[in-house]
Amino acid sequence: MRQSNLALKDEALFTDVQVDPKDGKLAFYHVVVAFFAFLLGILGGVLQALERAGIIGLPSWLGYYQILTAHGVLLALVFTTFIIYGFFFAGMSKTHGPFSNGLRKLGWIGFITTLIGTVMAATMILTNEASVLYTFYAPLQAHYIFYIGLTLFIVGTWIAGAALLAHYFKWKKQHPGEPTPLFGFMTTATLILWIVAGLGVAATVLGQMLPWALGMTDGINVVLSRTLFWYFGHPLVYFWIMPAYMVWYLVIPKVIGGRLFSSSLARLAFVLFLLFSIPVGFHHQLMEAGITEFWKYIQTILTFVVVVPSLLTAFSIFATFEQTGREQGGKGLFGWLKKLPWGDVRFFAPFMGMLIFIPAGTGGLINASFQLNALIHNTMWVVGHFHITVGTTVVLTFFGMAFWLIPVITGRKLTKSMNRSGMVTTWLWTIGMMFMSGAMHIMGLYGAPRRTAYTTYQDHPQAMSWFEGIFASHLTVAIGGVILTIAGILMFYNFVYLAWFAPKGETEFPLTAEPDDYRSSPAILENWKLWIAIAIVLIIFAYTIPIYDMIVNAPPGSPTFNNLIR
Amino acid sequence: MHLHKYEKIWLIFGIGSLILFLVVLGVAAFAFGQQPPSHMATVDSQNLEESVFSEPGLEQINEDTYRARIVAMAFGYDPGTIEVPVGSTVIFEVTSQDVVHSFTIPGTNVNMMITPGHVNMVEHTFNEPGEYLVICNEYCGTGHHLMQMTIEVTP
Repeated sequence: MRQSNLALKDEALFTDVQVDPKDGKLAFYHVVVAFFAFLLGILGGVLQALERAGIIGLPSWLGYYQILTAHGVLLALVFTTFIIYGFFFAGMSKTHGPFSNGLRKLGWIGFITTLIGTVMAATMILTNEASVLYTFYAPLQAHYIFYIGLTLFIVGTWIAGAALLAHYFKWKKQHPGEPTPLFGFMTTATLILWIVAGLGVAATVLGQMLPWALGMTDGINVVLSRTLFWYFGHPLVYFWIMPAYMVWYLVIPKVIGGRLFSSSLARLAFVLFLLFSIPVGFHHQLMEAGITEFWKYIQTILTFVVVVPSLLTAFSIFATFEQTGREQGGKGLFGWLKKLPWGDVRFFAPFMGMLIFIPAGTGGLINASFQLNALIHNTMWVVGHFHITVGTTVVLTFFGMAFWLIPVITGRKLTKSMNRSGMVTTWLWTIGMMFMSGAMHIMGLYGAPRRTAYTTYQDHPQAMSWFEGIFASHLTVAIGGVILTIAGILMFYNFVYLAWFAPKGETEFPLTAEPDDYRSSPAILENWKLWIAIAIVLIIFAYTIPIYDMIVNAPPGSPTFNNLIR
Repeated sequence: MHLHKYEKIWLIFGIGSLILFLVVLGVAAFAFGQQPPSHMATVDSQNLEESVFSEPGLEQINEDTYRARIVAMAFGYDPGTIEVPVGSTVIFEVTSQDVVHSFTIPGTNVNMMITPGHVNMVEHTFNEPGEYLVICNEYCGTGHHLMQMTIEVTP
């Protein structure tokens, strides 16, 4: 590693081209929808935390499971998807040039379709016609409009995804033999993953749930619907994490005044995500009947393989930090740490996300550990787990991103006071999450169930202990939840200020300079046909026999149960 | 593609750990039989009267082994309580007559999903006397948090 890591010269790759204003507008609308969904979603979260701790009672017109559904759908699906697409449209315009009018129009059609789907699903949730949680839970049955809304949501993201992919492949065609810009490469890997994964949820919603909700079929194959959902549900988490990794790989090196040191390793990591994040859904179904131990174990192995690109990422990112810090004069074993821009929210918020990903990823390995899963399956441990993975690692990275992305696309400036406000937001979010997620993890080990309203199970001592722990208690969760809500409202204020009130001016879209090996990356990494083919082979291998079994040896289908959710 | 020496060490350590973890899990599962509950038997969930679940309850198999056939439903279990002497091993065979539930005894390793149409199975030895709480930890409707039963383990 003799190359200089500092980004002083060699800015040729990404010139001063900003995001085209027309593309910026499309990106901006995505970000606006994302943050309004975020505000509603976190309010749902705090109501749950307070209700569950027995601090407040909910009014008769508002159900616990209704706000749980809203919280999950608004934050895990709507907020993430819209902010990710906003980031993609802005970044693709910056790195691959402005979109053609036709492709931009396609992007708008995708945005509007996704938005209509969101509104349909949200209306059904708010009118309590769809309290089936975001994992669907057939044979509980929601209103058919909920299923149509979700279908439109997925289809809308495919349309917008097609616009982004077409923009990338157009560039590739116009620049034969050249390596494609990293931003486009990573966007493409993420979108292919999303489209392939979405086929599973589309199959269960269109092929099973919608006909069944409309009364066209009288029974649903429950285990098959769960399998198709989790075929989608696990890659979904990589759909969240890969854009966060894009910020780490491509943005953070520039923010700290350095550059990414390896293009090939970054590309390799994204290819591995594409290959291994789909054929792993059974690790969400380890405790289920109707799937043999053998196939569960095969998918456990594949789940462990997908840890490898995260190991690659951890090395790359921290190596970039150390090299940059040393070249800026950091001495000794840890002296380089002092050279990092700790007061810059664009760095600090994602950094806290990275730090928390260390225990979060470890927890993930525990969850996937086959028979060990019995200890924590459907307990509060799992809730604690995804609140530090998607709820902290991904969310804090997106927070940090918002502080430059929003002013870039609105033509405003990130002010000093906004930066300070962002730092406060980051600290509050981290502290709140330590209380909430920490308590959730420990309570889970003591058996406290997830997705459950306030209950003492007729004052059974076991259940009472979940309220009486010094730290591991529903009360700690509520305290953490309140701190998180304050942080979330502050972040919403930051968004509003940056979107409409910050002073006009230029803000930098931070992007790393060309890594040293940029031109010498192996060409095979760009061979999308090959990677898609391998991904499909792996999916066929991991799923064909168990799904065949589920269909051939299926029990009689389940009728609808829509009375249980109202 | 160039890999730095430290990166090689890091990856060998990381991938090596993953392989070690998988071997531990695999040996525990396939050599010692510690498998996750994955029973393959099916039933007609809307017609349980004509299955082995027509009369749910406890049945003694031998001196200290019992079979408990239990039906999960919104929002409870049938039977609502069972009683066994301390030291007994109970084989739980559970199915659902409506939606997805779980059969979970907090504080033990008993925690399995109950999907309609399938029978799931788990075995547990009760070495401590007491009143064990059984709960459903999978969302099953508006009364989900009320769903429970008890197992009395008598001294």
